[in-house]
Amino acid sequence: MSRIGVFICHCGENISRTVDVERVAAHAAALPGVAYATEYKYMCSDPGQTLLKKAIREQRLTHVVVAACSPRMHERTFRKAVEAAGLNPYLCEMANIREHCSWVHEDREQATVKACDIVGMMVERTKKNRVLPTITVPVTKRSLVIGGGIAGIQAALDIADSGHEVVLVEREPSIGGHMAQLSETFPTLDCSQCIMTPKMVDVANHPKITLYTYSEIELVEGYIGNFQVTVRKRARSVDERTCTGCGVCMTKCPQKKIPNKFDQYIGMRTAIYVPFPQAVPNTPVIDRENCTRFKTGKCGVCQKVCGPGAVDFEQQDTLIVEAVGAIVVATGFDLYSISEKPKGSPIKGYGEFGHGKIPDVIDGMTFERLASASGPTGGKIVRPSDGREPKQIVFIQCIGSRAREKGISYCSKVCCMYTAKHTMLYHHKVHDGQAYVFFMDARTPGKSYDEFWRRSIEEEEAVYIRGMVSRLYQKGDKIVVMGSDIAVGVQVEIEADMVVLATAVQPQQGADLLAQKLGISYDKYNFYSEAHAKLRPVECATAGIFLAGACQGPKDIPETVSQASAAAAKVMTLFSKERLEREPIVARVREVGCVGCFACKKVCAYGAVEEKEIRDRQGNLLRVVASVNPGVCAGCGTCQATCPSKCVELDGYTDEQIVAMIEAL
Amino acid sequence: MHPEKTISSDFEPKVIAFVCTWCTYAGADLAGTSRMQYPSNVRVLKFPCTGRIDPVFILKAFQQGADGVLVSGCHPGDCHYIAGNFHARRRFAAFRKLLEFVGVDLQRLQFSWVSAAEGGKWVEVVTELTEKVRAMGPMMEFKELALEEQWSGAMISPELQDAYRQI
Repeated sequence: MSRIGVFICHCGENISRTVDVERVAAHAAALPGVAYATEYKYMCSDPGQTLLKKAIREQRLTHVVVAACSPRMHERTFRKAVEAAGLNPYLCEMANIREHCSWVHEDREQATVKACDIVGMMVERTKKNRVLPTITVPVTKRSLVIGGGIAGIQAALDIADSGHEVVLVEREPSIGGHMAQLSETFPTLDCSQCIMTPKMVDVANHPKITLYTYSEIELVEGYIGNFQVTVRKRARSVDERTCTGCGVCMTKCPQKKIPNKFDQYIGMRTAIYVPFPQAVPNTPVIDRENCTRFKTGKCGVCQKVCGPGAVDFEQQDTLIVEAVGAIVVATGFDLYSISEKPKGSPIKGYGEFGHGKIPDVIDGMTFERLASASGPTGGKIVRPSDGREPKQIVFIQCIGSRAREKGISYCSKVCCMYTAKHTMLYHHKVHDGQAYVFFMDARTPGKSYDEFWRRSIEEEEAVYIRGMVSRLYQKGDKIVVMGSDIAVGVQVEIEADMVVLATAVQPQQGADLLAQKLGISYDKYNFYSEAHAKLRPVECATAGIFLAGACQGPKDIPETVSQASAAAAKVMTLFSKERLEREPIVARVREVGCVGCFACKKVCAYGAVEEKEIRDRQGNLLRVVASVNPGVCAGCGTCQATCPSKCVELDGYTDEQIVAMIEAL
Repeated sequence: MHPEKTISSDFEPKVIAFVCTWCTYAGADLAGTSRMQYPSNVRVLKFPCTGRIDPVFILKAFQQGADGVLVSGCHPGDCHYIAGNFHARRRFAAFRKLLEFVGVDLQRLQFSWVSAAEGGKWVEVVTELTEKVRAMGPMMEFKELALEEQWSGAMISPELQDAYRQI
């Protein structure tokens, strides 16, 4: 006979405001099998947990139901408490009467009835819960970091410095990401290259870091502590081991007019190239789409001039399998191209601002490349159309961001600050120029941020106009910007030489595809979702996968670095154990009834079902049955629903438990 | 006080939702943390994956007096367990045919994909199904059957009780 304890939490007032907790407790106490029911203001607090433990001992409880928040929030907390009181943790279940009840219903009567039902359902389920033994699995103490921007670099360095091996995978030919593209950084105006490139070199020289550039994640298999990751190393056409990085090939390449992505397509590069002079690794890549050799079969100059003979036109993509125990995802962001509507995207374009049509309407990142000393203009701010210095420059903020009608409702967070920085950089380089900024709000939370923004107005003479721009058009060699100044209530018209649009920060293209390979969740914009917005902001709901940087949401550099270090700390915590405890939610086969049809084996995505031979004492084969390897089983239960003879059972979600829940309703 | 409230029928449908932990359950949690409002008729049963949901559970739910059943999981391609939702989709495509054959109005059974980030969609799906089922009225087919069959609800009939007393 079970002696169930039911504990109902008020959650301050979060639950008790709409649910009559006393009535729920009285209802629970009357349920068959319930020995004890009570309510308390904060079950998760120390006195709440003590109350729970005390009741388990004094009332000799066999099972526990905690009616409180979502199990995704505190299931672990209560299972730990139950374990401390001497019960198997899997004899404790949570009834979600907050997220699924008190927060979503206003009517007190209805909410109370529903809460009683939920508790009743969980009581019936818990009666059928069995003692589950803990399963431990070994941990591979190596880590994978996806993305070689500042987030990935910081996470990789932190993990590697703790003595664990790191595999860093970057899609582009060089690590560095967007931060390597920036000219200066707010609020200190540090040169971005000066703080970034030493870190890039550290990565390349670190004995614990294996770097794969020009590579992508092909396949991810396994689970926390034991992932197998297949990396596609794309053909570079240059052998990394023999190339010395002398650069002769690039000087001799006849294809010299290919717009360089790193310079936002305003600078040119050759077909065999490194994206920028400080690239790590300093090994060129042949862009096969634009290389004469690959297009026509003729040329091959680079191969002729290469002293060490590193150029290899025959090179193929290679697939490398790496075994790792943890994964840090740091794929970063991209700027939303507003000239056209992205294919298949719900986000609408911004054709009205002429980006892509008027050459002197550029985005923020292009301005960074113009202002950067290592950029295509050597740091001179000039118009892409005719190379003249712009004397009047207009910055427009919130292009794409905070525009629900265009499909993006979030704030991109960094644009207010980088636009303030742009006006300063502009004023430092064009002394007789005038910068105007059209803005909705200036959002400058952060250490020394508001001071920085004020400085751009008070000392660097930027004129801020509160209001949006309705239209831009080319008039001669000027761009006419028509907008409104809502503070004064007048229409404004500025004849500008150049317009800079602060476009929205978006996740990288293909972020959703990578998420599908990793089995992590993402929101409608393709930003990756953290396990808990406040308490677990660097972990994915999928165990063993961590997030760093702007792939989770728009972030500036200090925040990105902090999160990367936090993710690295989480990885190190994981690696501090020899074996990992994992949830014993795995499938088991009842061999007596198994007919050996192996329907379960066909549907198992993890290959956890094996064929097991049953022999008599003489060693004669009697029959072959299915057997689940608990180390590999992920616990989805598809096999159980498939089994025609109902001989596979998923611990924790048995038919018995589920039918008991349905019958309780 | 609110005449229009009293005019509307007293029938409160019973809706049971079978959802996966990773997407829809989390999506429903998000609806909670965002304090969205939806009808309180729904009771949620959590599964690791929609792949775990046996069609028998749906039958069982109808048999237990559910007026509507919702099955919801991760969007195709987003399954936490690689392909569980595809197995579920295939299974339920066949199961719908069977349900139709036995005479269950398929309007009472709803499948949907709700991700962990779609609190709003969860609210829409639940509200829509509840209102649809409310308009359809109670599901009587299984309840009548249950009464006819001796091994189930008919235990309470006076004839049977008499018979039992005589034994």
